[in-house]
Amino acid sequence: MEKYSGKTIFQGIAIGKIKFYQNEEKTVKRCRIEDTTEEVNRYETAKETAIAQLNELYQKACKEVGEVNAAVFEVHAMMLEDADYNDSVKNIIEQQNVNAEYAVAITGDNFSKMFAEMDDEYFKARSADILDISDRVVAVLSGNTKEKYNFDEPVILVSDDLAPSETVQMDKSKLLAFVTRYGSSNSHTAILARTMMIPALIGIEIKEEWDGKNAIVDGINGILYIEPEADILQEMQEKQQKMLQERKLLAELKGKEDVTKSGKKIKLFANIGSVSDVTDVLKNDAAGIGLFRSEFLYLQQDHLPTEEEQFQVYKTVAENMAGRKVIIRTLDIGADKQVDYLHLAKEDNPAMGYRAIRICLTQTDIFKTQLRALFRASKFGNIAIMFPMIISVDEVKKIKAIVNEVKQELDNAGFSYGNVELGIMIETPAAVMMSDELSKEVDFFSIGTNDLTQYTLAIDRQNAKLDEFYDSHHPAVLRMIQMVIQNAHKNNCWVGICGELGADLTLTRQFIEMGIDELSVSPSFVLPIRKIIRELD
Amino acid sequence: MKEFNYTITDEIGIHARPAGMLVKEAGNYPAKITITCNGKSADAKRLMALMTLGVKHGDIVTVQVEGEQEEETMAAMEHFFQTNL
Repeated sequence: MEKYSGKTIFQGIAIGKIKFYQNEEKTVKRCRIEDTTEEVNRYETAKETAIAQLNELYQKACKEVGEVNAAVFEVHAMMLEDADYNDSVKNIIEQQNVNAEYAVAITGDNFSKMFAEMDDEYFKARSADILDISDRVVAVLSGNTKEKYNFDEPVILVSDDLAPSETVQMDKSKLLAFVTRYGSSNSHTAILARTMMIPALIGIEIKEEWDGKNAIVDGINGILYIEPEADILQEMQEKQQKMLQERKLLAELKGKEDVTKSGKKIKLFANIGSVSDVTDVLKNDAAGIGLFRSEFLYLQQDHLPTEEEQFQVYKTVAENMAGRKVIIRTLDIGADKQVDYLHLAKEDNPAMGYRAIRICLTQTDIFKTQLRALFRASKFGNIAIMFPMIISVDEVKKIKAIVNEVKQELDNAGFSYGNVELGIMIETPAAVMMSDELSKEVDFFSIGTNDLTQYTLAIDRQNAKLDEFYDSHHPAVLRMIQMVIQNAHKNNCWVGICGELGADLTLTRQFIEMGIDELSVSPSFVLPIRKIIRELD
Repeated sequence: MKEFNYTITDEIGIHARPAGMLVKEAGNYPAKITITCNGKSADAKRLMALMTLGVKHGDIVTVQVEGEQEEETMAAMEHFFQTNL
């Protein structure tokens, strides 16, 4: 067995035989031409044919990979119509008395060099596009038709490089993966591979002797195995199965609305704990973020996060979610988390201690810094703020007064901000009992079922001895949820669940019957729950 | 001659697709439209030239319009940049 590392383009696993694909030698002969007018005409005709081919490819790609990814062929067609490119070809034909093939090849080289010399990786990668269109025109001129991607059985294609047009023309049912020596993750070919969901690796020193050998492309870890050993093969087959199942779910449900058969729409959001989790949120197609735990900002550092540090994080998440709702929970830390710079005194019962909103309402400077960062970031997306550990209406009124102070200060300093919904966590029995009053004060509730269950049942989840007494579906908790929803809806306040119970597939139906408006779950639960919602009446 | 400045908000910059769209849009107007960025200029009707400006996210471009239907062209260009870039 041999192992090679490369850069992953698409995270998938492929198992099969290698087909080594040699790019055709592209030598273009230079010939002397007397009738340059006729040669220019020949070029014009070939160019029109090439553009027609590209338009056809565009139509094909639109169907297979979607309009956005197919745009590369539309752009290719436009590049061929570029005045500078055409002037160059014609000038070379006319001034050097040479054949059109040669003039196109030289022009292609010159323009591709121009892009290759640019600093930016994206623009650098465009040099491959120029070569691709020039090759196409040369092929038309010399009467070559490209029919080289027909394989008898599905293969792992190994090649120096692949042009986007080559990638799209391949018969996908015969293509398990591709491995190339060159190319960049910004290249259109890479983008197409991702869209077509073909496992792909780049930057591997490929060898012709691999042709016909068994191999595995592990696109998760970026490894190519040649003649894999039995245990690796088995491990990879299992992984592949699992991924295929997940992907099936995704293919079935991605982009679909979270709506029951009778038309009740549910906001299906995801919970995250750091900026990097946003990738998973998008991958699993959540409609928003229902709980962004801001704690990591406070736990990762040796000082209080500054307004600017926080602003950058909130802004990044809001921008990446591109208009979808992002509900950010303010500081939710207590003595159970070690944050040295906060100097929190040790407590016997931190779950019921000086924590969360209680810290914020005491040390208002910490609170205001976070609120300023949140409001400043709000104009870059759709941010909502929620406050944890609420037990009384009075607390909410205090919070709103501080929020107004912060907004006033931002106004005075010339900062603008968006329209921010305010909500509270319902995670204490007190908040449940007061939910009729509380719902008059805020835009939304989010029920934190983990703490709510612990406080309601008086059971510490960390204590294994209590497992036999613990019931995650305890009717007391379910009744509380029902009560909260009823009270909230009387005052036009919407209600979500962001605790673990929200991801309990056996309760989804019940929550929806209760009238829940939003469920926020770990990203990997989004699609399984979407499936249930869409099957409900 | 009229001109305006615009800060590019697109994540990649004036990449292939919007560049292609810009060329199309510019082609609808007879006026000469010039895009200048970081000391380099390009005709907005020429795709390759436009792309080799290498305009990135956060760059400030100057769009100059000169010739017939200046007002109309300016409005169309401003709208194009705001919508697509």
